[in-house]
Amino acid sequence: MTPFDPARWRPAPFLPRSDVRDGALTFVIAVLCFLACLTALGAVASDRAARGWTAQLAGSATVVVHPRPGETPDSAAARAAEALSSVAGVTEAAALEKEKAEALIAPWLDDPRVLADLPVPRLVTVELDRRAPASTEAMTAALKAQGLDATVDDHSSWMKEIKAAAGLTRWAAFGVFLLIAMATAAAIAFATRAGLAARRDIVEVLHLSGATDGFIARMFQVRFARMAALGGLAGAAGAAAFGATLRLIGGGEGLTPVLPVAWSDLSLTLACPIAAAGVAALAARRTAVALIGELT
Amino acid sequence: MSRNAETQGASDTAEEPILRFDQVSMRYGRQPEVLTDVSFALRPGSFHFVTGASGAGKSSLLKLIYLAAKPSSGLIHLFGEDLSRTPAARLPLLRRRIGVVFQDFRLLDHLSAFDNVAVPLRIASQRPSDYRADVAELLGWVGLKAKMQALPPTLAGGEKQRLAIARAVVARPDLLLADEPTGNVDHQMALRIYRLFVELNRLGTTVVIATHDQDLVARSGQPVMHLEGGRLSFPSAPRSRP
Ligand SMILES: Nc1ncnc2c1ncn2[C@@H]1O[C@H](COP(=O)(O)OP(=O)(O)OP(=O)(O)O)[C@@H](O)[C@H]1O
Ligand SMILES: [Mg+2]
Repeated sequence: MTPFDPARWRPAPFLPRSDVRDGALTFVIAVLCFLACLTALGAVASDRAARGWTAQLAGSATVVVHPRPGETPDSAAARAAEALSSVAGVTEAAALEKEKAEALIAPWLDDPRVLADLPVPRLVTVELDRRAPASTEAMTAALKAQGLDATVDDHSSWMKEIKAAAGLTRWAAFGVFLLIAMATAAAIAFATRAGLAARRDIVEVLHLSGATDGFIARMFQVRFARMAALGGLAGAAGAAAFGATLRLIGGGEGLTPVLPVAWSDLSLTLACPIAAAGVAALAARRTAVALIGELT
Repeated sequence: MSRNAETQGASDTAEEPILRFDQVSMRYGRQPEVLTDVSFALRPGSFHFVTGASGAGKSSLLKLIYLAAKPSSGLIHLFGEDLSRTPAARLPLLRRRIGVVFQDFRLLDHLSAFDNVAVPLRIASQRPSDYRADVAELLGWVGLKAKMQALPPTLAGGEKQRLAIARAVVARPDLLLADEPTGNVDHQMALRIYRLFVELNRLGTTVVIATHDQDLVARSGQPVMHLEGGRLSFPSAPRSRP
């Protein structure tokens, strides 16, 4: 052993470098951050899916044509398509062929032969101009002018439901996020309390040697912030890997139409370690200052 | 003995006392008082022993002085400040002017002897380059030159005691308090430690030592404050006289 050279001495940290508890706490924070990141990814993806669906629905309308007595369903549908084509804001209107219309109903019937006896209504699919879509009223008026009995569905009730569902998802994700942040703060506060109790000897000696409450609190603050950042990084990396797997498995189709994950979404997870460190620092400081304040 | 504690008439002295108790009482929680109506004043640069049976309140008295407890009634003036009016934010600054040798040492077991001694200097935000040499010299002075890297649990009782003393004096406190600093060592070591305190006192530090060691008190000839049942008295003549 070389003799000790005071000139080379560097101050050692007041808190012991490692505590047994630290590993477990880092794991808890990693799991919480993993869940938080998944929640965020899910929220972003479902928001994107909802926007995609409403965009598709907004660009089209469906018209159900009820043939009048004396007119074949085919001719009624053809006339309706023609009437609709000339409405401003309609880019394309086409009658759905009989087979396709029947195919839509067939799954709901036990015996496909019944179809022949059923007055299956004819559908006209309408593509709307995205920038200036034709209104339901304008289309209804054009149909009436041709003496056609038809109902126009511009999908607005569907869109309302999808939007409501998307909004609900957003709020739910936000709520879960808040809960996770609170759970993280509580875990840190608990650990700080335990850390202070376990290191009471150190805290007391520093306190009696004239250390300010802020100085002592900062030791715990720094320690728990670093630990949380580490746990947050691990959790975020796990979530990012999970998201990347979804994206790869999903590809263009697969899962993506339901939960379309974009590569750029994965950068969201980077905020997690920072947020975790912030929450941890705040919780540790609050707890430490309160406990040190009790000393004298 | 010019350095004696003053019972009454503290205000008569020209020099302002470094510490003054005015009818101070203290209790732990709702328990009966452990100190009752304690009054005294210490001049800067004085040296006093606090004696008394076990449980007489010696450690409690010191706790009041090193700001680890508050009196239940009465006034304490420390370094000329009325502690009842001192804002909490100032207390750390006052504590930095006091060195304490605790009855149970309170060394930090995970830190080397060198790091333990450096604690008060680090808290006072001094730069390592400014105090490294001082710490090493002080450790040599208390006979721990070869133990600078040792962890406290590996030290002998007397070594721990000297380490605790080194930490208490390293920041050159104005007031040094020692609680039973010779409690766990043999007679020879007790004398060595006592001489160390006298040396510091010569350099200007006010010293207060709580002890059971009647023999040491008698040999030293230093003034005594005696506690009995929580009350303070001042035996006038040191017992070293024949
Ligand atoms: N933290 C505490 N809580 C409650 N009572 C206490 C506490 N510390 C001391 N006491 C009580 O206060 C009284 C005085 O104790 P103190 O430690 O001041 O005595 P002492 O003179 O230092 O004794 P010793 O010589 O044994 O160290 C005792 O009756 C003790 O039981
Ligand atoms: Mg005691």
